[in-house]
Amino acid sequence: MKHLLSTADLSREEAIAILDIAEEMRETGTRQVKKLPALRGRTVVNLFFEDSTRTRISFEAAAKRLSADVINFSAKGSSVSKGESLKDTAQTLLAIGADAVVIRHPDSGAPARLAATDWIGLPIVNAGDGTHEHPTQALLDAFTLRRQLALREGVSPVGRGLDGLKVAIVGDILHSRVARSNLWLLNTLGASVTMVAPPTLLPVGAGAWPCRISYSLDAVIESGVDAVMMLRVQGERMRAAFFPNPREYSRYWGLDDTRLKALEAKGHDTLILHPGPMNRGLEISSAAADSPASMVLEQVTNGVAVRMASLYMLLSGDLI
Amino acid sequence: MNENSQHDVARTVLTGEDIERVLTRVAFEIIEANKGTEDLVLLGIPSRGYPLAQRLAERIAASTPNQLDPASLVGQLDITMYRDDLRHSTTRTPAPTRLPAGGIDGKVVVLVDDVLYSGRTIRAALDALSDWGRPRIVRLAVLIDRGHRELPIRADHVGKNLPTAKSEKVRVHLAEIDGSNEVVIEASA
Repeated sequence: MKHLLSTADLSREEAIAILDIAEEMRETGTRQVKKLPALRGRTVVNLFFEDSTRTRISFEAAAKRLSADVINFSAKGSSVSKGESLKDTAQTLLAIGADAVVIRHPDSGAPARLAATDWIGLPIVNAGDGTHEHPTQALLDAFTLRRQLALREGVSPVGRGLDGLKVAIVGDILHSRVARSNLWLLNTLGASVTMVAPPTLLPVGAGAWPCRISYSLDAVIESGVDAVMMLRVQGERMRAAFFPNPREYSRYWGLDDTRLKALEAKGHDTLILHPGPMNRGLEISSAAADSPASMVLEQVTNGVAVRMASLYMLLSGDLI
Repeated sequence: MNENSQHDVARTVLTGEDIERVLTRVAFEIIEANKGTEDLVLLGIPSRGYPLAQRLAERIAASTPNQLDPASLVGQLDITMYRDDLRHSTTRTPAPTRLPAGGIDGKVVVLVDDVLYSGRTIRAALDALSDWGRPRIVRLAVLIDRGHRELPIRADHVGKNLPTAKSEKVRVHLAEIDGSNEVVIEASA
């Protein structure tokens, strides 16, 4: 594996290998000395052209737990605001001595551009690009689902996929890179996906995706799902009116207290996931966010393990 | 493929029975060196060190009058992330580390591996060990010592000293992993 740009590039074997390595990485988070020396002497640059808290901190924690040095770069307060191009910024990082680049960018395809050009010959990790992909988020979601199901069945998650699992991805699909990355990965791992959104928040061409599409969250809950993945309503990317007002959105597509009760009434412990940050009261109610079925904090913990596994995969082995 | 490599001479150096006898001797050596089984912990290095550690633990537990539980003696120590060749070899998947319930602080830890060669695995194991705790004493038991050390490391308990050429390969087969028990030396072309 040279880069991690899109979950669509991952084979089932590769995806399971990353999740299996992440399983061992998660164990090190529970011991006294949380550090591993695997990437000692390497430098990982977090190149963030877009705001982020948990993803950047998670990548930073992951790199540090593998003993790599971390340089954090955020476009705000940097030469980017003076008009520096992506190429110049990237080459500066190479000159500083970076060994891998973790990039988040508001433009879809920016990480792929870095990977495809000869500007820098370093492994690139996509940490979210525009409305395109966010592969490590999808990996940590899959990891969380796989681990929880294995715990429930009392078996080891290692080596398993997500075959037969029913997952509903709900909300702002149009602007969501998380939804896209999850769609490809969940399909690769054998789960079946239903996208639930108002028609205005589904992209053109969603009909060709390997998933079912529904406009009614209630109907999907009624049909029975193993996990619901709530997406954040991305106000900052909305330049048109996609729904009449927040209350109406919440009423029809939010996981509110009534729907939480409906999920609980179905009686088979549907897991609730949210990539964060949550808009409490909009796409998810506080009761749902804090319920025992909510995996939100578990996802954050697992995120570090999955990112450790990704960095380890990219920075170990033959780099030729 | 040339003719030589098709006719690699694979010579059996230890049969299944030999391995059993050797392990019995090493188990008693460990008890003798420790003057009993107190504070003893056997940590196998994956993949073949672990079944060897289990077999040793069974023998050690059986030798005690009060029938110790072998599981309380034995664990597995993964060293993947501590290797010094991570940049150069193919990506290795780490294995779980499992320590016995009592942990390793203040214990006498015997590292168990199948073949001692360059000594680099053991160096990595010593580093890994220090991240899990502080044993009182660390010893090393190996089934085969084939020489060619690259680091100042020696084993305390050796099943068999096997003089080899660097070009030869020593393969340990254990029933738990490979389905059969034997140690084979291959003269590769």
